[in-house]
Amino acid sequence: MSAAPDPAGAPILKVEDLHVRFPVSGGLLGRKRTLHAVSGVDLSVQPGQCLSLVGESGCGKSTTALAIMGLQPPSSGAITVEGRPVYGPGAPDRRARARLAQIVFQDPFSTLNPRETVGRALSQPLMLHGVRSRAERAERVATALRQVGLLPEHAARYPHEFSGGQRQRIGIARALILGPRLIVLDEPVSALDVSIRAQIINLLMDLQQNLGLSYLMISHDLGVVEHVSDRVAVMFAGQIVEEGGWREVFTAPAHPYTRRLIETIPNPARLTGGASEILPPAPEPPSGSIFWPPVDRRPDISQPPEPSALVSIGEDHRARVRPV
Amino acid sequence: MSGPLLDIRGLTIGIPNRAGPPLEIVRDLSFDIMPGEVFGLVGESGSGKSASALALMGLNRRPLTTLRGQALYGGQDLLAMPRRSMRKLRGNRISMIFQEPMTALNPLARIGRQIAEMFVLHRGLSWSEARPRAVEALAAVQVPNPEDRARAYPHQLSGGLRQRVMIAMAMACRPDLLIADEPTTALDVTVQAEVLRLIRELCEREGTAVLLISHDLGVIAQMCQRVGVMANGRLLELRDARALFTDPRHPYTRGLLAALPRLGSRATEGRHRLADLDMTIDRNAPDFAATHLIPRGEPA
Repeated sequence: MSAAPDPAGAPILKVEDLHVRFPVSGGLLGRKRTLHAVSGVDLSVQPGQCLSLVGESGCGKSTTALAIMGLQPPSSGAITVEGRPVYGPGAPDRRARARLAQIVFQDPFSTLNPRETVGRALSQPLMLHGVRSRAERAERVATALRQVGLLPEHAARYPHEFSGGQRQRIGIARALILGPRLIVLDEPVSALDVSIRAQIINLLMDLQQNLGLSYLMISHDLGVVEHVSDRVAVMFAGQIVEEGGWREVFTAPAHPYTRRLIETIPNPARLTGGASEILPPAPEPPSGSIFWPPVDRRPDISQPPEPSALVSIGEDHRARVRPV
Repeated sequence: MSGPLLDIRGLTIGIPNRAGPPLEIVRDLSFDIMPGEVFGLVGESGSGKSASALALMGLNRRPLTTLRGQALYGGQDLLAMPRRSMRKLRGNRISMIFQEPMTALNPLARIGRQIAEMFVLHRGLSWSEARPRAVEALAAVQVPNPEDRARAYPHQLSGGLRQRVMIAMAMACRPDLLIADEPTTALDVTVQAEVLRLIRELCEREGTAVLLISHDLGVIAQMCQRVGVMANGRLLELRDARALFTDPRHPYTRGLLAALPRLGSRATEGRHRLADLDMTIDRNAPDFAATHLIPRGEPA
């Protein structure tokens, strides 16, 4: 949908060399260990674009999302949203951050207060952000509900009165209410049935276009990712192993981990002889290097990763390698 | 050709209602499963696919009640069977695995013991005879270091390993039928691929038929020979899997497939709006699904 990234345009989200390490006490004598959850992640989202972060449980994708939202202080690295640092001196406070970026979670029900009407859940952020006029708040709540395909009357209802798909619409409305330009979508459709999933995906694409939103989507569902993303970053054991435009990553996957993810997705097209049946042959890594890390064994994230680098393997396409 | 392993006729499940006719949540479900076949039931939440499977095993809890129908297995009707006989069958000739192995495993018992129990209950082995069989069963589902793992508790295993333990238990007595209700929904895709392959290989080797219940059209397409599509308690379409996915007949099935963001479709079809499957099935319509039922043996 959107054009190629404008190289001159400032990114709405920039993540540079993000590291998140967790101390864990483990072992027999309570030895201190460190989990390297995120190890040197660089990301950049241009205005109006959707970047998807793909990977399996424990790869660090949600930790990255939480760090971006200001909810997980990084061990090192820099995160800026609209040019403003999320952490460190000069970082905006929580309230100011709420206007810059919002997050939509997989299960909206667990993030809604069951004893609070939807209208109240949506107007509370407005109250906190100084919208004093009750009429204006009601108007903005009604607008947000309409934007997500619900009715203004729904404001008077409680979360349990809605279906799963409607609840996710409420979650999206709440993310929109303060008018942020960046929305982090953490597995936004994973809990939904196929038909509802299609409706929510359509809604997210409409909102992106109509409101000029930028998305960072966290997902393990490659079908959804291919469908909505402008760019894709594949994460494995705390590192990005492949990154590029959706077309590059999906039609010419290079890193063995990306290829394995694509190959293992059960795909009806395989049965019907669709075009996606066979992956193109794996490209060779740049000479003198191998794709890294290897995927036949799970990397030990209690150790810092061995040195490696994301290198260009084509136009708008990078993969992680290390010298032989 | 031998007859079906399990022949389900007119299964109707409902909630009795004092004020009027019962609310039927599954209505007139009929299909059969051939020996060794992988049969899929696909549908969205609330379509009645899990309730149907539980009814076959006599496991539905009140208020869900089997109102009508038969499920013929070896000349016996599973739905009319006394509890005692059902218990002898369950886990022995017909076994079941679920989405969340953690809730199906006993958190306080070592997994070796939980598997060994199958041999003690159904094969009459002593605990000391059953133990090595449990280790063998773990090895058969490709659990690394089965000797050590047999001594582990469920919480010490990953989700994928726990599901392998469930499969080991379910397959311990070499059942005729394995009912797998969303067996890989909680797993990562690469683990899902391994578990699906394991189910297929084991069942092929043992000649076990599978009733695979899933909301995931991809999983169904990959695993099943025949597929029934359910919505709102009705069976809409019963087809050879390849025929179903290449040429869906029922409008609901067509809608379901069009609503799916298919990997590999964007390069050829562009970034289109996904079809909005905005239809429900009138569960009280008189037998409308029958018009779309295709007799088995139909050329694909």
